[in-house]
Amino acid sequence: MIAGSDILQSAWRNPRGRTGALILLIVVVAAILGPSLLPDPLAQPDVLGASRPPGLGHPFGTDQLSRDVLARVVTGARISLSVALLAVALSVTLGAIIGLVSGYWGGIVDAALMRMVDGALAIPRLFILLLVLAVWERVPVLALIVLIGATGWFATSRLVRGEVLRIREEGFVRAAEALGARRRRIIFRHLLPNALGPLLVAATLGVGDVILLEAGLSFLGLGIQPPTPSWGGMILDSREVMISAPWAGIFPGVAIVITVLSANLFGDALRDAVDPRSA
Amino acid sequence: MRSWLLRRSIQAVITLAIALLLIFVLMRAAPGDPLSRLSAGRPISPREIELLRARYGLDQPLGHQLLAFTTGLLHGDLGISIEQGRPVTTLLAERLPATLLLGGSVLLLNFTFGLWLGVRQAASHGGREDRWLTTLSLTGYAMPSFWLGLVLAWLVGVEWRLLPAAGMRDPLMDADAGLVARAGDLLRHLVLPVVTLSVVSIAATMRYQRSAMLEVLRLPYIVTARAKGLSVSEVTWRHAWRNALFPVITLFGLWLPILVTGSVFVEAVFAWPGLGSLAAGAVSTRDYPLLMGASLLVATLVVLGGLLTDVAYAMLDPRVRFG
Repeated sequence: MIAGSDILQSAWRNPRGRTGALILLIVVVAAILGPSLLPDPLAQPDVLGASRPPGLGHPFGTDQLSRDVLARVVTGARISLSVALLAVALSVTLGAIIGLVSGYWGGIVDAALMRMVDGALAIPRLFILLLVLAVWERVPVLALIVLIGATGWFATSRLVRGEVLRIREEGFVRAAEALGARRRRIIFRHLLPNALGPLLVAATLGVGDVILLEAGLSFLGLGIQPPTPSWGGMILDSREVMISAPWAGIFPGVAIVITVLSANLFGDALRDAVDPRSA
Repeated sequence: MRSWLLRRSIQAVITLAIALLLIFVLMRAAPGDPLSRLSAGRPISPREIELLRARYGLDQPLGHQLLAFTTGLLHGDLGISIEQGRPVTTLLAERLPATLLLGGSVLLLNFTFGLWLGVRQAASHGGREDRWLTTLSLTGYAMPSFWLGLVLAWLVGVEWRLLPAAGMRDPLMDADAGLVARAGDLLRHLVLPVVTLSVVSIAATMRYQRSAMLEVLRLPYIVTARAKGLSVSEVTWRHAWRNALFPVITLFGLWLPILVTGSVFVEAVFAWPGLGSLAAGAVSTRDYPLLMGASLLVATLVVLGGLLTDVAYAMLDPRVRFG
């Protein structure tokens, strides 16, 4: 078994993993501190200042409503990251619980759960969300987080189930069972800690996926609702001014690429640490 | 093999049935009225709403609705689109060819380049080329397809005027233009959507091929081949790649959902008249029968893709069907 801190240390020693972690840290700090240092992302100072190219005063330019693009990108980071972290926390928890139950209890519970997961995996996540969100008039952010989290655990539960099935046959679990350890003790002391590595990897890679997913939903008008700035929503707004003010759409996209890429670089380094064969 | 195939097919049918049930429940469990958009902002009386509810069967109990939907489905009837007033099956059938053309082209480009680059990465494992290719493919994977599409449409289509930025055909083309001219026009319209979708999806192919290749390169027969004096490229392509190609088959199953998801955005951005833009349109008009039909078609494609992948795999590797 590899402990969580060992995995993190090993990922940190990987140059690309470290680059990813550092960039992600910068994005997080910017998201926390940025909004208080920058102009109000909702303020529309004047019509004459609309669609200004990047320059002094507005490093990323202004959009068609004269709002500061940098301030909106940074506030968007706060929103995108919070949605992603909360949704991933929910989906990983659900995936872990269902995977543990399915793998440990087995039998009909396992069969029923896994058939359901098969069915759910047949519908791409985007379509599941479209179906629910399309009839919803205005989606509250909390509902969006819950929905994205509730549609992200299918693959994780399979992963955890596989780990549980593998570990359950190991000598130390058999020994614990023979010694009369209770189910709860076996699950929390033996099974869960051993499945933690793959879960950590799934969570980190899940952050990147959810950022892309939320941006996509917002681009379709179903995610974060205006005027709250979100990266996908900003790209949607920029569609009509792409020719006259391309910066309004380019910068939020670059922010997505940088954030998702660094999360995935770190996730890959974690994966290599958990499963050295994949390196 | 036969009993394996039968079991696997039954499993696929069950999966699809569960997917259907999920689609139905999700649509109905969401807060909000599927007809709300019709009543919002349009001069429509409560009486008319009642009539519409009855017409779409929304006044029936949930069980009845599910039964009616399933019966309709078995007769090839998915209901009527609210916004367009035409049968959903007709709309889907009209849009399918454009999506198949787009998807087929992406498949070709993605696999040709993805496999080639993946093998090159494995051959230079841990080296500079390997690291650069990994970073580049991951950057593509981190790009939102709609953003890349908009940027390409703006740069290549508008600023440089090299390729058309939207649609599938040139509306100003001569009505009696020859076949070659038509094909050329279609090809020019195809380039940007295909490149966009390939860039965002190629990382998965490369990663898969790279790791499959690394597994094979460790095997003793590769060492033997090198020891016999064969060149690196000969060993890589003739000995190793043939065996490393085989796990890549499973990618087809994984790849389909990614493609379908991507095509929703890319088709919407490039106004490509396929299923993706149909679904995106159904979302913005809250056209739920159309959206349900599109989701069901997508689920069917995904399940079929998984089944075909497994069958192909079992035909090539007996351990799967007897294991």
